Amino acid sequence: MDKLPRLKDIRPFVSTRNACKLCSPLGASIALKGIEGCVPVIHGSQGCATYIRRYMISHYKEPVDIASSNFSEETTIFGGAENLRVALGNVIGQYKPKAVGVATTCLSETIGEDVELMLNHIKGMTNDEEWPDLFTVSTPSYQGTHMDGFHATILQMVKNYAKDNIKNEKVNVLPNLVSPADIRHLKEIFTDCGLDAIILPDYSDTLDNGAWDKYYRVPKGGTPIKDLKLCGGAKATFEMGEFTKVSAGKNTSGNLSAAAWLEKEHGVAKYQSILPIGVKATDVLFNNIATISSEETPEKYQAQRARLLDSYADGHKYVFGKKAIVYGEEDLVLGICAFLDEIGVEVILAASGANNNLTERLKYHCPSNAETIKVMSDSDFEQINEQAHELKPDFIVGNSKGYYIARELEIPIIRVGFPIHDRLGGQRIKHLAYEGTQELFDRIVNSLIEYKQDNSPIGYKYI
Amino acid sequence: MERLIKERDNQIHTIGSSKHEVACEKKSLAGSVSQRACVFCGSRVVLYPIADALHLIHGPIGCAAYTWDIRGAMSSGPQLHRLSFSTDLREKDVVFGGEPKLKKALTELIEAYKPKAAFVYSTCIVGVIGDDVEAICREVSKEQGIDVIPVMAEGFKGTKKDGYKAACDALSTLVGTDNDYEAPEYSINILGDFNLAGELWILKDYYERIGVNIITCLTGDGRINEIRKAHKASLNVVQCSGSMMHLAKEMKEKYGIPFKKVSYFGIEDMSEALYEVATFFKNEEMLNKARTLVSNEIQELIPALEPYKKKLTGKKAAIYVGGAFKAISLVKALRLLGMETAVVGSQTGNQDDYNLLTKLCDKGTVIVDDSNPNELSEFVKEKGVDLFIGGVKERPIAYKLGLGFCDHNHERKEALAGYEGMLNFAKEVHASVCSPVWQFFNRPSSTNENE
Ligand code: SF4
Ligand code: SF4
Repeated sequence: MDKLPRLKDIRPFVSTRNACKLCSPLGASIALKGIEGCVPVIHGSQGCATYIRRYMISHYKEPVDIASSNFSEETTIFGGAENLRVALGNVIGQYKPKAVGVATTCLSETIGEDVELMLNHIKGMTNDEEWPDLFTVSTPSYQGTHMDGFHATILQMVKNYAKDNIKNEKVNVLPNLVSPADIRHLKEIFTDCGLDAIILPDYSDTLDNGAWDKYYRVPKGGTPIKDLKLCGGAKATFEMGEFTKVSAGKNTSGNLSAAAWLEKEHGVAKYQSILPIGVKATDVLFNNIATISSEETPEKYQAQRARLLDSYADGHKYVFGKKAIVYGEEDLVLGICAFLDEIGVEVILAASGANNNLTERLKYHCPSNAETIKVMSDSDFEQINEQAHELKPDFIVGNSKGYYIARELEIPIIRVGFPIHDRLGGQRIKHLAYEGTQELFDRIVNSLIEYKQDNSPIGYKYI
Repeated sequence: MERLIKERDNQIHTIGSSKHEVACEKKSLAGSVSQRACVFCGSRVVLYPIADALHLIHGPIGCAAYTWDIRGAMSSGPQLHRLSFSTDLREKDVVFGGEPKLKKALTELIEAYKPKAAFVYSTCIVGVIGDDVEAICREVSKEQGIDVIPVMAEGFKGTKKDGYKAACDALSTLVGTDNDYEAPEYSINILGDFNLAGELWILKDYYERIGVNIITCLTGDGRINEIRKAHKASLNVVQCSGSMMHLAKEMKEKYGIPFKKVSYFGIEDMSEALYEVATFFKNEEMLNKARTLVSNEIQELIPALEPYKKKLTGKKAAIYVGGAFKAISLVKALRLLGMETAVVGSQTGNQDDYNLLTKLCDKGTVIVDDSNPNELSEFVKEKGVDLFIGGVKERPIAYKLGLGFCDHNHERKEALAGYEGMLNFAKEVHASVCSPVWQFFNRPSSTNENE
């Protein structure tokens, strides 16, 4: 059996080789799964929906039901209104959902479907029926990645539900594409800090449920719709991530993120930060929380922070000066790089499949590596692979699709983010806050120790 | 039981109580959450294992990203098929046409990776923006001096089955292009095996042991130059009838090569597959060798299966797989383990397959075409099964309900074909059905929270 082919020389390609991104309706589907009682419908051909389901199921290990309006040849000529009507009928009949979110595809966008109009029309056809909430999000993948689809969906939901700004005691939390375990942890944090958080999206249960004794067609959990309606009057919005602007699709609203839209439309104060990974970034989160709660950070988290610092002391030598490559979604890359920077790792390459240019933000958040860090956007795994062979990292950090690079170089891979298709528990990986950072830090240090141990001729059992 | 979508009623059949036959070969209903994929998927699964070819997916990124190196189809040599190449179309390509990008992409990739041939899959929007993929393929083929074969696989132009046809069409442009090759006596082609987890190598060994030469298994550990010689075979042995029947029929017409439908799952079908070929060649010695092989293998296998059979006898299974032909083998294989099939269905079965299943299975068995998660979860509850055999999309349905599960799809990494495969199958079924973890689960009652 040969090795995977790898080119000896580095050259520019117009094609994408082993994509380091996914398509927009996937991001939309994850976000939609985070709304209570919501079933996603992908408006296009059957394949897109099925592939997206399979991809998500392989990571979350949960049933992921996503319907398709199942275009046929005629649909591409006469339009998808009838298909959408049938699809909605069957979805509502089967699932009795509280909401249905319709995400478009490259195909429906290319033939110029106006789904918003269709939905109004369909609702108008039968007024005796109780409709679930219907809304649509424009997610053409030729304009952006899964992250664009994700953020566009959040923005759409906020726009759909935040109709007024009657003041209430809630705070909005937009955690970005993080794991169900992260979302659970954020909930815990906000509750402990005395804040009543609306987490959007909240797929902590829907995509990471327990065992069932009956089959739930629509899994329990998700951001309650009654809460969503309150987000215009919330005290503040905590938005995690710096690449949350919606610039792809039809409903871009002047390049605003959901938090920025809430601020502009309803005057909800916006607290934006990078993903809270590492001490510095988590401190920012807790400081922001303290500003709103007017209370000191609870003892529990101060203790977690102290323990994390203690472990930094215990482990710093193992990571100092080690070279790392980080790849994946722009905000995850930024968050991980900032964390690696604060523990003394040399980040030699930060790569993302998205078009967004990360350079400036990376330099800002990674002061130690600012001069040397190499940044690639709109990149793919083969480019990362080529760079990795050049730059010779000690380890790589990212989703499971980069495994083959680590295998070839015989170095550790620290699995984070989405997707994790080759391990159990991808949905339970924690990344965020002191506790998530602790787990990450332990994993990194231990991987490096294990590497050293495995490659030592002696085989120390005391390190 | 309440059926959830009325229009699907005639695609569900309960043996002994339904009057109608199983309706099949229909397009999936919008909003039904079908487990099927698309035309592209059908063509991609068939052609993917051709390991020394370049597979370029023309379209936006999704179709390529979701199919990157997920299958267990193994190659003994080149691994080029395991890379995912896409033209990754962007806004401007959609507006002004993707032809220039396709041409550049093809050219650069052929120059860089030097494949033996290239397949170009056109996906949904390519069919709408009007790229002339065939013309670009011809142009690049001339310039680069290799075959560049368009696969017209726009997702919306039918079902997965139409994708099989598109793949067969692509293959047939290669078959018959090497006329210098002289095939040895008793040469066959294997059609419709994908060398998942190295299954082809198991089969190859059996066939060689009885004196049969395999020219090519076009779509398993496939090589372009071997496919060119396929027309020199005396017989095509077709598995998974759905995917490769078109090519088998075409080769019969064009080259007069007869074909036989076989399956390699389970003792009965595997043995039948060897006997069929030996009988075809009317060679007494070969037939004797086959008899010896079968009896040796079975003598070893039966006692090895015994402990599993003991534990599994009386347990019930549900099967939902891509092709119905495989489902038929699985029903028989389960029977060998003492298990009964209570639910069986497929994404792409045809009338013959379903009629055969109706004959084969017991009264009360539910037979279903193009099902979906809700129906499947209902069926397994209704029938109280212990095991679900399916693919990645069915797995969480089983696990959520506390049922055993066995992966029998293209992503699997366990060899399940042949006699050793049967043993693996028994082990896997046993490992799942008899795991103590289920003691903590409340198997579903037949009430549903939504009812
Ligand atoms: S339906 Fe079309 S766009 Fe979707 S995966 Fe299939 S070919 Fe690609
Ligand atoms: S057509 Fe677009 S939406 Fe569908 S799978 Fe491809 S990239 Fe994704």
